[in-house]
Amino acid sequence: MSSNLVDALFIFMLAAFIGFEVIRRVSPLLHTPLMSLTNALDAIAVVGAIVLVGEHKSTLSAVLGFLAVVAATSNVVGGFVITDRMLKMFKSSRPTKP
Amino acid sequence: MTTFAGSQYIIEIIYLVASVLFILSLKWMSSPRSARHGVLAGEIGMVLAIGGTLLHHGIVDYKLIAIALVLGTIIGIPLGKVQMTAVPQRTALSHAFGALCVTLVGTAEFYLRTPSVPKFMMSVLSLEVILGALTFTGSLMAAGKLQEILPQRPLTYKGQNFVNLSLLAISLGLAVYLVFHPDAKQLFPLMILIPAAFGLLMVIPIGGADMPTVISLLNAYAGLSAAAMGFVLDSKLLIIAGALDGSSGLILSVIMSKAMNRSFTNVVFGAFGQVQASAAAGGEAKTARSATAEEAAAILSAANKVVIVPGYGMAVAQAQHKVRELYDNLTRRGVDVRFAIHPVAGRMPGHMNVLLAEADIPYDRLIDMEDINGDFPQTDVALVIGANDVTNPAARNDASSPIYGMPILDVDKAHTVMVIKRGMSPGFAGIDNPLYYLDKTLMLFGDAKSFVGDLVRQLGGDHA
Repeated sequence: MSSNLVDALFIFMLAAFIGFEVIRRVSPLLHTPLMSLTNALDAIAVVGAIVLVGEHKSTLSAVLGFLAVVAATSNVVGGFVITDRMLKMFKSSRPTKP
Repeated sequence: MTTFAGSQYIIEIIYLVASVLFILSLKWMSSPRSARHGVLAGEIGMVLAIGGTLLHHGIVDYKLIAIALVLGTIIGIPLGKVQMTAVPQRTALSHAFGALCVTLVGTAEFYLRTPSVPKFMMSVLSLEVILGALTFTGSLMAAGKLQEILPQRPLTYKGQNFVNLSLLAISLGLAVYLVFHPDAKQLFPLMILIPAAFGLLMVIPIGGADMPTVISLLNAYAGLSAAAMGFVLDSKLLIIAGALDGSSGLILSVIMSKAMNRSFTNVVFGAFGQVQASAAAGGEAKTARSATAEEAAAILSAANKVVIVPGYGMAVAQAQHKVRELYDNLTRRGVDVRFAIHPVAGRMPGHMNVLLAEADIPYDRLIDMEDINGDFPQTDVALVIGANDVTNPAARNDASSPIYGMPILDVDKAHTVMVIKRGMSPGFAGIDNPLYYLDKTLMLFGDAKSFVGDLVRQLGGDHA
């Protein structure tokens, strides 16, 4: 447990650094789609909820897990759909080079 | 150390690949050219992760999972198809859903594990549900305000900050107690309800103009609560996704509050509404010049360089498509037309860019504040459409102004300034704008959409 905990803290720290470095480079032009995309990615929490439902350890955990899967899945689907719709609209006046 | 079953190894490798795809997905968001690859990478990562999770050996009930996935998809599709003007409230709503998921999972995990929950586990679990619950209600409140179901004006009352801080302190106190007494089941619901009340009360006093900061802040909380859930479930993938989302929200919050020259605490604890009374008081009779669409069109057609400054008023009037016609018309006449985008224009980060892109305005014409401010002295006409405080020169030169120090677009340095506005009433923050009384400023009174339409008609008329 304790070594897992330290591992987890390392992973959190490194991922936060990568996040800062990567997101600092995102153009302000795309801040709205950035937010909807990170929102969709964040809905990866669905995996935790899926396990809760699937393991069915108690009625309470299955019910809560079921609602959680519904909420997160709607974020996954809605988030990706709207991000792609927004990005499709961004066009340059210069001809796009391959 | 943990001993993995065979399938567990496969799942972990799949999660590793998904993590890489998530990071690439955000990396590709750096430019509009590669951004759609980013979405694809994210989608593949997500499908892999969900597929991998289904291999989990403990899963016995697939039917219920399938029903939940289908139900979520049915709800998700319309949420992905909303109008572009509704994107801010949709985003707030999805923060609420994300937080709801995290809170529910945290609750389920607590009741599965109590009465013996290790101290560290209980700490992160408490963090998970506290952040989750306050983000859930706070985001619902923000969505309600943005959708105008709830009043957009800041609602304040005496002792507000005291009440809010007390609720937060009680939640943290409960968390500490539960860490040492994880068998105190009856207290757990309180640790959800009290932060939930805090979330509501935190957003009530926040006005529309501060929404970009609040949405970003709620984004950061949603990310952090998901990362905390990753610690609880010992899921590296979730920790990574949560950390990415959390840092994204935090960066955006910092950018937004800098663009308003305010600290987080000021946004959360000091509603803008309070400054209104003092600011509106000094109202001596100043005169502003107004002009008709015909006069304005003549000046625009004679200009070489025009900068359009869009604001929330343009979004409200749905004027972006008319603005696009104006852009086309002027561009055909050889006028150089660009758009100046203030970071907090609109109701969420990047709001104006999305609306203008929707109206088919090329993104290389949309220029950030820092990049365009130096060009205003060489600009013939600055046309302000539905923006107010972000153009207020008082922020630069009047130390007594409530927005003093806030970075603004220097439209007052252009040769001629035109402001399309319904009337002379002050803007959202209730602060008078000296820009309107400058000799070089022409006020164009009317609805943004119909006035821009008139401009296009006038321009089209004398060119044909």
